Amino acid sequence: MDSIILQILNGLDKGSAYALIALGLTLIFGTLGVVNFAHGALFMIGAFCSVTLQRILNLSYETIDATQTDFLGNPLKVKTPYLESWFGPEMGSSIIEWSVPLAILFAIPVMIGIGFIMERGLIKHFYKRPHADQILVTFGLAIVLQEIVKYYFGANPIQTPAPEALSGIAQLTSTIVYPVWRIVYFCFSLLIIGAVFAFLQFTTFGMVVRAGMADRETVGLLGIDIDRKFTIMFGIAAAVAGLAGVMYGPINAPNYHMGMDFLVLSFVVVVVGGMGSLPGAVLAGFLLGILESFASMEQVITLIPGINQIIIYLVAIVILLTRPRGLMGRKGVME
Amino acid sequence: MSIKNVTRRGVIKTGAAAGAGLALPTYLSAASHTGFTNAPGNDKVTLGFNVPQTGAYADEGADELRAYELAVEHLNGGGDGGMLSTFSSQVLDGTGILGRKVEYVTGDTQTKSDAARASAKSMIEKDGAIMITGGSSSGVAVAVQGLCQEAGVIFMAGLTHSNDTTGKDKKANGFRHFFNGYMSAAALAPVLAKNYGNDRKAYHLTADYTWGWTQQESIAAATEALGWQTVNNVLTPLAATDFSSYIAPVLNSGADVLVLNHYGGNMVNSLTNAVQFGLREKMVDNKQFEIVVPLYSRLMAKGAGANVKGIFGSTNWHWSLQDEGSKAFVKSFGTKYGFPPSQAAHTCYVQTLLYADAVQRGGSFNPCSVGEALEGFEFDGLGNGPTLYRAEDHQCFKDVLVVKGKENPTSEFDLLEIVEITPRAQVEYAPDHPMFAGGQLGSCNPGA
Repeated sequence: MDSIILQILNGLDKGSAYALIALGLTLIFGTLGVVNFAHGALFMIGAFCSVTLQRILNLSYETIDATQTDFLGNPLKVKTPYLESWFGPEMGSSIIEWSVPLAILFAIPVMIGIGFIMERGLIKHFYKRPHADQILVTFGLAIVLQEIVKYYFGANPIQTPAPEALSGIAQLTSTIVYPVWRIVYFCFSLLIIGAVFAFLQFTTFGMVVRAGMADRETVGLLGIDIDRKFTIMFGIAAAVAGLAGVMYGPINAPNYHMGMDFLVLSFVVVVVGGMGSLPGAVLAGFLLGILESFASMEQVITLIPGINQIIIYLVAIVILLTRPRGLMGRKGVME
Repeated sequence: MSIKNVTRRGVIKTGAAAGAGLALPTYLSAASHTGFTNAPGNDKVTLGFNVPQTGAYADEGADELRAYELAVEHLNGGGDGGMLSTFSSQVLDGTGILGRKVEYVTGDTQTKSDAARASAKSMIEKDGAIMITGGSSSGVAVAVQGLCQEAGVIFMAGLTHSNDTTGKDKKANGFRHFFNGYMSAAALAPVLAKNYGNDRKAYHLTADYTWGWTQQESIAAATEALGWQTVNNVLTPLAATDFSSYIAPVLNSGADVLVLNHYGGNMVNSLTNAVQFGLREKMVDNKQFEIVVPLYSRLMAKGAGANVKGIFGSTNWHWSLQDEGSKAFVKSFGTKYGFPPSQAAHTCYVQTLLYADAVQRGGSFNPCSVGEALEGFEFDGLGNGPTLYRAEDHQCFKDVLVVKGKENPTSEFDLLEIVEITPRAQVEYAPDHPMFAGGQLGSCNPGA
């Protein structure tokens, strides 16, 4: 029983990341009609916002310690972060330790900016082109972005640990423990998903966007600049993916390829949830996360070898055969 | 100008002849008059460095390439000479190889077998590479070794740790300096037993490909021989990123040791996830839960950050070794690049010198002559103590390092501390050992 509960928790956790990325993908598809294969790269850039802030906070000056030597036998250069020098060792190291949560504030404007530039600079030129063209250009963009990140940060993963207070394990029952940061990640994703839905549901801006998603032309005829609003939505979708990446850093060390690892799965999530359906994307994200976790259980692998590698695609096939629009797909979208 | 001699039949004949000439692989045409593939001219010789320049192991590949460039520089008489002065064989004098200036071409393996074969093939056929070396994966090494055997060039393996490379997939044209899964296990198991006791229950997570299988088989056999039980072995997909689903069942499995038969990004992620789940603080039947990483790499340890502290593993070589060869290499590499070399860089540098030395001693670039010079070759001064290139399987036998993640590193390079230098005798095995059975070395192929 404990192992089943643990796998549900794992699934919810994985599903959080899938749901956040799929939510952004669906927002972009629902508003702009663009199949954005660069969305995984936005998740990766978000994680590297955290790496960048960590490096900024760790900017150091060097002093020579004559009592120690480096690998060449020269006196050792000891690095001391400026923050520790300015605020004292304790306060300085505390600020550095909280670099991941602080990176949320850093990532929001950066990701919205990147989203704006991507949409205005490249993607808007492909609105009227076939989906195949959109997929090719956004996939190419994803490769360019990941190569840029690799050039500056290298191919190896870079650790962005959680603050000490949010590390370690939580004792959920007498026999079940679970990492604190993963619980934080799950709660954070619920918060972001809730905020996006509330924004669309309870604000005038959101109302106009929803109306535009339903009937773009009519909203345009009413004199509303729907393109501008959709551009803003692209920025918001980029920020959602970026925040998912920032918070994912302590779970798995960021590397330049992490966006691609999530991209295909997230597209499956969107298709299973139903193209253009925001609740569908979230539901499918959590559902597939849980299924993937269960399929990784030893008992399941023993019964059906290799099921852990194909379960998501298998479910996608079954759902698309029985419900071609996906779980909560709208009529007329991608049909 | 008259064109009356141009006939339809003539054009077809000429075209067919030219087409056939172009279609003929370069190595076949060269071999036809020299007796072996890509025989060099009198002034230069080209080596092919096939390393991962893109993909997850690109950083390791970049370090391999740095080492190769350094080796070429030293062979051509540049720099401080590095290990040329400490190498027990003193036939290399900085005038290239057999008087020919050493040049090189590079290929990108992408850590994919098909891409690695394609890049090696291109270097052999288009660039005239006489020897192929490099790589950071056993799957790639086995694939490229097979290609080199067919093409008739020598393959000096880079970082490849699967038993199969010099076991069931061994080839007469292939040579490995790097150690293997069996050696890691033979060195590591006694240290584990000494530190954690003989009554332990191990749970294995294993990367689902040739290296993972042989590493797991080796470490399980070595620890079981010392009294440990193997509770479970779960194969994980190579593409896995989040290992939480595989780690969670460990918590209530009754195991008190987790063995991560993972390398590269897999190792970084599985170790990070294991630490997240509190395994390092866990107690099982009054025993402290322990994690073991059989194959360590400093570059990967850097990726895993503080999670490696106190965790045992093994490595082929480490920059902190104090023998004359290692010191010369670290000085040379560190002065040129500003940081110490990795174990991948070390093995690649050494393989280049060993190839050059074998050519020089044999007096020929012919792969069969090179193979003969390497087989049974005993040498020293290249960083691992007295070493033997065994004739039966083309595997180097030398001391192995058991290391541990350092508790208080003094720099970003100071991540591993050497716990023990396991003597060569302890990691040796018979050529017909069951873990290496199933393949034939065959005979050398000069490509003629």
